[in-house]
Amino acid sequence: MSDVPVLRMESVRKTFGDSVVLRDVDLEVAPHTVTALIGASGSGKSTLLRCANLLEEIDDGAIWLDGEEITDPRVDQDAVRRRIGVVFQAYNLFPHMTVLENITLAPRRVHGVSREEAEQRGRELLERLGLGGKAGEYPDRLSGGQQQRVAIVRALAVRPRLLLLDEVTAALDPELVGEVLNVVRDLKEDGMTMVLATHEMGFARDVADQVCFLDSGVVLERGTAEQVFGDPQRERTQRFLRRIVEAGRL
Amino acid sequence: MTLVKDDSGRESEDDKGDMPGGGDAYVPSQRRLDRERYKRARARRATAIAALSTLITAVVLYVVVVSAPGWERTKETFFDAHYAREALPKVLEGLWLNVRLLLICGVLVLVLGMLIAIARTLPGPVFFPLRALAAAYTDFFRGLPLIINLMIVVFGVPALRLQGVTVDPVWLGGTALTLTYSAYVAEVFRAGIESVHPSQRAAARSLGLTNRQALRHVVLPQAVRRQVPPLLNDLVSLQKDTGLVSIGGAVDAVRAADIIAQRSLNYTPYIVAGLVFVALTIPMTRFTDWVTARMDRRRAQGGAI
Repeated sequence: MSDVPVLRMESVRKTFGDSVVLRDVDLEVAPHTVTALIGASGSGKSTLLRCANLLEEIDDGAIWLDGEEITDPRVDQDAVRRRIGVVFQAYNLFPHMTVLENITLAPRRVHGVSREEAEQRGRELLERLGLGGKAGEYPDRLSGGQQQRVAIVRALAVRPRLLLLDEVTAALDPELVGEVLNVVRDLKEDGMTMVLATHEMGFARDVADQVCFLDSGVVLERGTAEQVFGDPQRERTQRFLRRIVEAGRL
Repeated sequence: MTLVKDDSGRESEDDKGDMPGGGDAYVPSQRRLDRERYKRARARRATAIAALSTLITAVVLYVVVVSAPGWERTKETFFDAHYAREALPKVLEGLWLNVRLLLICGVLVLVLGMLIAIARTLPGPVFFPLRALAAAYTDFFRGLPLIINLMIVVFGVPALRLQGVTVDPVWLGGTALTLTYSAYVAEVFRAGIESVHPSQRAAARSLGLTNRQALRHVVLPQAVRRQVPPLLNDLVSLQKDTGLVSIGGAVDAVRAADIIAQRSLNYTPYIVAGLVFVALTIPMTRFTDWVTARMDRRRAQGGAI
């Protein structure tokens, strides 16, 4: 059972008009592992995540979630999305709802959890992520780091099988990045399966079991963090990492 | 789990930063005092200029109107105190009909407008006929002059002599108003729905909400909130257009004035009816301004996205 990857992609192709954003992408994510997608902006990291959650329809190839093909058009897409949590770069919290309402919306409306139960679990999660006092606040009263942690709680509240994190620290001030990355680290310890697109190379090296380097929509290199960061085989990967080091980001 | 707990201190610190001279022994500097004195002087000057220019404008207007060759006749025909006194109670009596029309039509317009707007945004091929119908409806009734719509409904429907269909000009006039204003309001709602950023819908769908749930819980609440000012604007407009039901013979404020004017050949009742409508719309307009200003303030504070 545990041999079945949580997420598997095979020969995925995605185009927007004339531009090919993903080309022949294969990916396997084993249970309780963290996969980091690295690469320059526009290399297809975010699109890959959006395809995995069916927010984008792929042109070719196939995607499986827990062994079930989710790109089959007969599959109930809403049911698939229920099993995948997503955290967006821009948080995408609902501005007209309090923190607690943001978090309990999906458990109550989608999973039929009672209000009391949803709120109790929501408060527990908020407490764990250091947001205990913020349940009644509106998102615009919170700092970026707090908002992003609320977004993580919102994604976790439905107990997803897989968590997709799309450059969750890219919109944050440097001093707020740490608080969000710590949350991700703790989630890994809890055994959450995650795929994250990130520019935080140090973090990716630290936390990822598998690192994939994307370049122009192709997974150019993949392996353990040690392999990809320590001994990159491809010339493009080397060049990318050299630029990162020069920029002081690794 | 060991997790970050650093929130408590941040906000209270920020708050203190904004308080001018809070707590410490702050003494305003000479620079600040000079600045404030200059600002006060400038404000006094501005007030004086405004008062003077208002006075001049008023005098000019008065002279132009009063020195007009037809002024004496006009005054008798339009501003006769006797007819004003006679007309006012009748006009106010008629106004009650306008108010009731506004309340009933207002509710119907909001409901119908919302349904049409939703129909226009429904995805999928199943709903194509509904989408097309809603689009055709708004196109047609937004383009059709209200007065023609009223005449068609108020005079056309009774001419059909349908069994069980009312010939009451109030009901028919209300129907016509509702038809036209639903089209306007539907467009306001649609603009609101489309103004909600797609990422909000994406976030809702990524949580497993169906399209309908995303619309109901995430998109519509934000759309409606944003569209409150233009909606109130349309309601103010509807309020005065209820006066048009008088063309079918319903005795509203306009018609009440009409009856006296026809009899006396004096137009003062129209002026009275006009002023009464203005008096009725002013509170609503002010309310609209207040709501708009409040929402702008929230946005300026970095509130609603």
